Amino acid sequence: MNKDLKSNTSAEVDASLRLPLLALFGGAALWLVLGSVLAMIGSIKFHAPDFLANYAWLTYGRVQPAADDALLYGFCIPAGLGVLLWLIAHLGQVPMRGVIVPLFAANLWHLGVFIGLAAVLLGDSTGFAWLEFPRGGSVVLFIAYLLLALWAMMNFAARRERALYPSHWFLVAALFWFPWIYSTSNLFLVAWPVRGVVQAVIGWWFADNLLFVWLALVGLGAAFYFLPKFSGRPLQTYYLALFAFWTLILFGTWCGIPPGAPVPAWLPATGSFAAALTIVPVLTIGVIMVQTLRGGEKCGGLGGPFCFVCFGTGAFLLSSLMFLAMAWPRFAVVTQFTWFDPAQVQLQLYGFFAMTMFGAIYYLLPRVVGFAWPFPKLARLQFWLSTVGVLLLVVPLAIGGVVQGMKLNNPNIAFLEAAKAALFYFRFSTTGLLLILLGNLLFALNIFGLTFVWKLSLLKQALALIKAPLETGSASISLRRDKEVKA
Amino acid sequence: MKNGFWVFCAALIALGGSWCGFVLAPELQLGGAKQTTVLNSSDVYPIELSGDATLGLQVYRADGCAACHTEQVRQTGTACSVMLTDAGKNPEAITNLISSLVLTNLTKEDADAAAAKIAAAGGKTEIHLTATGPDIARGWGMRRSVAEDYLYDQPVQLGSLRAGPDLSNAGARADSSWQLLHLYAPKSVVKGSTMPPFRYLFEVRKIGREPSPDALKLPPEFAPPAGYEVVPKSEAKQLAAYLSSLRASVPLYSAPISP
Repeated sequence: MNKDLKSNTSAEVDASLRLPLLALFGGAALWLVLGSVLAMIGSIKFHAPDFLANYAWLTYGRVQPAADDALLYGFCIPAGLGVLLWLIAHLGQVPMRGVIVPLFAANLWHLGVFIGLAAVLLGDSTGFAWLEFPRGGSVVLFIAYLLLALWAMMNFAARRERALYPSHWFLVAALFWFPWIYSTSNLFLVAWPVRGVVQAVIGWWFADNLLFVWLALVGLGAAFYFLPKFSGRPLQTYYLALFAFWTLILFGTWCGIPPGAPVPAWLPATGSFAAALTIVPVLTIGVIMVQTLRGGEKCGGLGGPFCFVCFGTGAFLLSSLMFLAMAWPRFAVVTQFTWFDPAQVQLQLYGFFAMTMFGAIYYLLPRVVGFAWPFPKLARLQFWLSTVGVLLLVVPLAIGGVVQGMKLNNPNIAFLEAAKAALFYFRFSTTGLLLILLGNLLFALNIFGLTFVWKLSLLKQALALIKAPLETGSASISLRRDKEVKA
Repeated sequence: MKNGFWVFCAALIALGGSWCGFVLAPELQLGGAKQTTVLNSSDVYPIELSGDATLGLQVYRADGCAACHTEQVRQTGTACSVMLTDAGKNPEAITNLISSLVLTNLTKEDADAAAAKIAAAGGKTEIHLTATGPDIARGWGMRRSVAEDYLYDQPVQLGSLRAGPDLSNAGARADSSWQLLHLYAPKSVVKGSTMPPFRYLFEVRKIGREPSPDALKLPPEFAPPAGYEVVPKSEAKQLAAYLSSLRASVPLYSAPISP
């Protein structure tokens, strides 16, 4: 394909994705801010247990799951799907057709998140971690996902560049992954619940496959596209990526059953064994990252999309190692049931996935909408706020978790003393959450500012259309609009 | 991998494998589980919760208690101790023998050896098996939690964080009137507690013609103004009934201890 034609197609691809991506990212930005507000409320309750204690819907046990779900289902998954649509359409050089469907699905997804979050806050949670949304919310999410995945697959099938790029494997596998795990766990836990502790096993299987495997597939799929693009060096190498893909999905999907769980012993033993094997893909990904970035350009300057994606991939390595360490029985004896576990989850969700998505969105959305970011300096500021915030949140929480765990394992130390040992570290992590909240606000500000600029330009064009002399012809103007925007 | 079909196959193989392993196999192994019997007894276990306690589990779920509390006791091992039940005909010799032996915190082999020595001297003994580990030492349970304990829970609330203590045996530690006081004003019964109060599960109302029999007997600094009383709503009573029903300490074949 010659270069002119290609850049022409890229512009077409971008234009075709404008509406669904704005819907996906706009809603995601909203949930991101809401989620961090809820997380702040939850965190403050540890310093002042009386804070907002008279409101049932703001009790810690509802606010905390709601905050986690807002981050995962509200931000991470729709942002991931948006980036996935863009990557698949760009890699295949095919504009999205029938845009009304993904646009509808994006709004449907956010409706599902709204229903689910409202239900959790009103006390209608299912009681399973990461699956709190009751039927009303989860069915809507499932349908929305299927529609988006179907459109992504149709675009993938129609691709003009037939050869697959490594990102393709990760993204296409992710498309299949979620419907399978989400339907299985909702059917067996909520619709026709299995009995007893099998519920917990299915819950762990789901959480591992969503938080570790799905997020890794989408996040790394994006990183394997953007890192080479930003550094100006091809991915190092195709075969290492293939190896990482296979080992990640083969081993990673078997982790997640914690050592010592009250289930037949073969289950946690299998989980620990798989976790030991999963070190192989994690280290491979580290090698790919280092080799790809070494000697490459450092484009974009400090705080640009490149920094976001680099930080995200680095956080993936760290959070994966923490995750795998927790499957090692001798380590788990200390960290199980402590703040180490939430620290790892936050590092995975925010440090790795959200940061990678921020980078991708900061890069691609101006191209899709056809306008530059209204506040580029605030985007750079967000990088620092989010980076410092997530480190302040996660590092003290992980250390506090280990301290708490060692005190819990010494029965001569009173329980309350062990629990309060974590409070010192909580001061840092609450500060971290505050920085994250500010960073998220800046992100939302840029997204909504960009949407506003775009809508304003539409309005101006409509006005111009009304004011224009009749002979110009209305149809040709509306066609010309797109081209002007791109130029 | 050259086309989407192979990627699909890869995902199918990988996820299909773990689906069979972590969804299908546990269901085949445990899905048909029935009540079991208590070790060395004809009692069945577990017993289904009472009506109020069943509803209380739903309050526990709705308010997300599992965000801070686990319901799973860990155990690091077991220890045997030898108990003398009958000193026999020559108590003095037995006393001398016992003072020379270690009789607690033994392995099964050592306990058997010590019991054999005492038996040779004419005494009768029993070997007691106890679970060990920090959770047990904290009094959170007599033994580790096993799959049997959760047979009737819907939903199963294992929890993953101990910002508060484990609740597997909360019912063995406190009754429901303590639970109600603790829910309304945690600091009134646990000094320095970090648990948020659940005041919305209670009603503060003017005392009518005579005080309600359900009214909480709070220490003065937590009590409502004079002429008012704190009465638990039905959710609070159900939650307290659930918490005070929690017991998972009977000896089982899969987690043997001496009663």
